[in-house]
Amino acid sequence: MYELMIIGGGPAGIAAAVYAARKRLNTLLISGDIGGQINTTMGIENYLGYQFIEAPELIEKFQTQVSQYPIDQKIGDKISRLKKIEGGFEAVTETGEQYQSKAVIFATGKRSRQLNVPGEKELAGKGVTYCAICDGPVFAGQRVAVVGGGNSALEAALDMVKIAEHVDLVSLTPLTGDAVLVDKLGDAKNLRIFAEYQTEKIEGRDFVSGMMIKDVKSGKSKQLDVTGIFIEIGLVPNSAAVDGLVPLNKWKEVPISCASETTMDGLYAAGDVTDVPEKQIIVAAGEGAKAALQAHRYLQRLET
Amino acid sequence: MADKNVVIYSTPTCPYCKRAKDYLSQKGIPYTDYNVATDKDKIREMIQKSGQMGVPVIAVDDEIIIGFNQAKLDELLSK
Repeated sequence: MYELMIIGGGPAGIAAAVYAARKRLNTLLISGDIGGQINTTMGIENYLGYQFIEAPELIEKFQTQVSQYPIDQKIGDKISRLKKIEGGFEAVTETGEQYQSKAVIFATGKRSRQLNVPGEKELAGKGVTYCAICDGPVFAGQRVAVVGGGNSALEAALDMVKIAEHVDLVSLTPLTGDAVLVDKLGDAKNLRIFAEYQTEKIEGRDFVSGMMIKDVKSGKSKQLDVTGIFIEIGLVPNSAAVDGLVPLNKWKEVPISCASETTMDGLYAAGDVTDVPEKQIIVAAGEGAKAALQAHRYLQRLET
Repeated sequence: MADKNVVIYSTPTCPYCKRAKDYLSQKGIPYTDYNVATDKDKIREMIQKSGQMGVPVIAVDDEIIIGFNQAKLDELLSK
C-alpha cells in the first residue's frame, strides 16, 4: 500500500507530487496525461517566473521536475472509481488496475462540457471538436460553426473567421464574452451570429455535414450547412470517481476546507476539480502544494 | 526500433502536437512532420488513415495513434 496516491497530473497534481516527494512519502502519481488543461492552451503569461512561456514547454518543465524524484508514475490510465477500504483507499482504473494508499489527493481538474445533443458523441473527432486551437486549421476553407457565447467561443470564432470560408456563432444566451472580443468579431464579413439559439442536433454519416439550431424565442428551427463544429461551452469537473464517496456541490465540484480537506479523513482535493474560486495554473499549483503538506501531516498523525 | 517509420500530422497551434514532437525528439526518434494547416493532401491522407479530423495523428509504420498518447506511442515504438 502506498502512503499517498495523487490522482491527476495537471498543475495541482504535479505540485502535490513534488511536495510529497520532498517529504519522502511513498507516492503514486496516476493520471491520463501530464499537464491537464494546460494542454489546450498555447501561450502563458501569468505563471510566476515566466513573462511568457509556451504551454508545452511549461508542461515539460513540470514533468522534468517531478521525474527527478523517486515516486511511481502511472501516466496514460485514468481512475474510474475511488473507494474507501480498511486503512485507506483503493482506486480502480479504466483498464481495471487497482492501487491502494493510506491517503489520497484528488486533483483531476476539469474537462470540456458537452452539449449532449444527438449526433455529438458519434461525430466527435469527425467534425465535432472541443479543442479549437488544436483542430481549427484542419477546417481551413470550410464552413464551420462555433457553439458558445463566452470568451473561449469568441476567441475560437475570431481565429476561424481568418481561415474558414464562413463561421456561424451559435449561443444559447446573448453573447457573454468580453466586449472587446465582440467588437473585433463585428468586423468579420464571413460571420453570422445566432444569439439565443439552441443547438438541437448534429448531423452527418461518417463526418459532420450540418446541424439544426432553434430560435429560443420563436421556436423556429434552422439548418446550418457546416463540416466543422467547435464546442466551447465551458468546463465540467472530473469528479465522477468520488461522487457518492464525498458530497459534491451543485456544479459537481468537490468542496474542500481551507486546509484542502474533503469531508472524508485522508482524502484531500486540489485544483480545478474543487470548489476553490479562480481556475488558474498558479492557484492550482499552490493548492496542490498545500494538499500535499496537509496529507503529510495526516500520515504523521496516523503513525502516532 | 530505429527502422520504424514515424509520421506525425500536426498543426502549428496545437499544444499536444508540439509535445508529441518534442517527446519523439527527446527520445532521438526521427519522424516526418506534416503540417495539415497548410498541406491539403496530407489532411485528406490523415482523415483517410485515422477516420477522424483531430490532431495530432501519429503513424508508427502502419499503426495509427489518435492524439498524444504517450503510453501507446511507447508501446508501438518498442514493438
